[in-house]
Amino acid sequence: MAERQVTVESEVGLHARPAATFVQTAAKAPLDVTVAKGGGQPVNAKSILAVLSLDVRKGDTVVIKAEGEGADEILDQLALIASAP
Amino acid sequence: MTTLTGVGVSPGVGFGPGYVLAYETPVPAPGARHGGDAGAERDRATRALEQVAADLEERGVRAGGEAQDILGAQALMARDPGLAAGVAGLIDAGKSAARAVYEAFGGYREMLVDAGGYLGERAADLDDVRDRAIAVIEGLPVPGLPSRAARPYVLIARDLAPADTALLSRDVVAAFVTEQGGPTSHTAILARAMGVPAVVACPGATSIAPGTPVLVDGVSGLVRPAPSEEEVATARNAASARDAVLAAATGPGMTADGHAVPLLANIGGPRDVDGALEHGAEGVGLYRTEFLFLDRTTAPSGEEQEAAYLEVLDAFPGGRVVVRTLDAGADKPLAFLPPQGEEPNPALGQRGLRLLRAHPEILSTQLAALARAAARSSAKLQVMAPMVATAEETAWYVATCKEAGLPSAGVMIEIPAAALRAADLAEEADFFSLGTNDLAQYAFAADRQVGALTALQDAWQPALLDLVALAVAGAVEHGKTCGVCGEAAGDPVLACVLTGLGVTSLSMAPPALPAVRAALSRHTREQCLLAARAAMAGTSPQEARAAARSHLPGLAGLAL
Repeated sequence: MAERQVTVESEVGLHARPAATFVQTAAKAPLDVTVAKGGGQPVNAKSILAVLSLDVRKGDTVVIKAEGEGADEILDQLALIASAP
Repeated sequence: MTTLTGVGVSPGVGFGPGYVLAYETPVPAPGARHGGDAGAERDRATRALEQVAADLEERGVRAGGEAQDILGAQALMARDPGLAAGVAGLIDAGKSAARAVYEAFGGYREMLVDAGGYLGERAADLDDVRDRAIAVIEGLPVPGLPSRAARPYVLIARDLAPADTALLSRDVVAAFVTEQGGPTSHTAILARAMGVPAVVACPGATSIAPGTPVLVDGVSGLVRPAPSEEEVATARNAASARDAVLAAATGPGMTADGHAVPLLANIGGPRDVDGALEHGAEGVGLYRTEFLFLDRTTAPSGEEQEAAYLEVLDAFPGGRVVVRTLDAGADKPLAFLPPQGEEPNPALGQRGLRLLRAHPEILSTQLAALARAAARSSAKLQVMAPMVATAEETAWYVATCKEAGLPSAGVMIEIPAAALRAADLAEEADFFSLGTNDLAQYAFAADRQVGALTALQDAWQPALLDLVALAVAGAVEHGKTCGVCGEAAGDPVLACVLTGLGVTSLSMAPPALPAVRAALSRHTREQCLLAARAAMAGTSPQEARAAARSHLPGLAGLAL
């Protein structure tokens, strides 16, 4: 299981446009991707409602995980989106 | 019909026939079940959700801009895999497609509403997706709005979905009025983007009969059904005169005879900086830092705090930024501190400076972060404590700030005891900042949250003006400054009175700055002084206001 831990830098947190971009990118991957806030319960990264309900704010740390072929590439992309200011 | 009042969220005056949007998608009955073919029923639900998603996306592409983002996010909701799984599970358990959609959305809806704030306002977006999907499944017409009109109409609704409003334009809509929604609701955001006046949180609006001419003031929040021609003309003239005058008043705050009164912004985080600069704030008079601390399970690190402070300081090079150290308590609890236990009167409980004295590590981390940020910026950083009652508390706070390397430490005057003994406090503090909202709450024993007591919260109450005068006198005795950072500072008339009382700076919500700047620039310091004396001689808020206005002739040109 590959994972990335990143600090969310966007002013609006993982809401609004960053959340939409994050979910759309995750949804394109042909493997399961999860995201968790801090050490919390991981949720499906392809679900906008699940991602919104994490209520990730600027400065929060998220852990993104995926397993299988191409996991590293998709995690790199998602980490970039989550950490973009 | 009487005038209704809501919250003005997009400025301007709009007038036109009321178009009342009163549709509600019927709730599918709790017992609604399908005929037995779960697979076919699941297909119906999936197709309906996909149709809604595609429709929302298509509307987004046509609308472009901010609306496209909002509608795109709604399309993602319609295509949410977690939601789809929930719907499928409910259909497998025998529920009809419509009922399954209703229940599956319900779970997420509750979560958003419980979270409140920004997420709470997203519940309306989710409801709209749900109602559209149910309408498709049930074969009901998906309600739309006239996208053309002979005369622009005033759109009135319980709440508006962005899918409804995104394709409208100024040629079609004269104003928006909704019963629900807040300043960050999509109606507010899109109305501002369109440049159309809007009033939200206006109870009773949908009881206006369709077709009734409606006058809407997006600044005052007043909604007047069936106004006279004269009222419409007056409101329109006032709005255009106000716009012209406000646009003409620029530069730092000062009276007509050149007495400087710095005009500062109240902000709740770095995201408010743009608005402050846009309205010409000379600095920040109240930087509320709660946003860093509330709603989180661990305390924010010093580094995170430093970044948030520096971001604001950097926006005002050479200017003044007054940061209020953490103002939390029983009504704004911190999840990372041990629970405080029930307080019967949270407003009178262990909050503000009282809480920080019980947890000095929180204050020392915050002050250290502030000192580091100040060292990296050219802005002049000042810090102040909330909820200070005594000179002893003041001395403790100022000493703690000085130890942390912060050269200017003041206190907020929001407890009557602090105003009554202002000279004692001024001996210790570097400056005062009057928080008129809490000062009124404590002086009148009137809870700010209780709507029935609003009259006692009126900043024109002569007793409140007395407390302001006492605080100023105490500050003057020791050569210290005394600003105001409550709602009172944003009232252009009261701003002149406060200046007359000797207040040295005014800090307010950024949109209030232009009107205050214009009002000050049209009066001399002497006129402000006379207005202040006249106001204090009144025995009621109404008398005080009327007496002050009689000394401020320049207000007429501002249509205030």
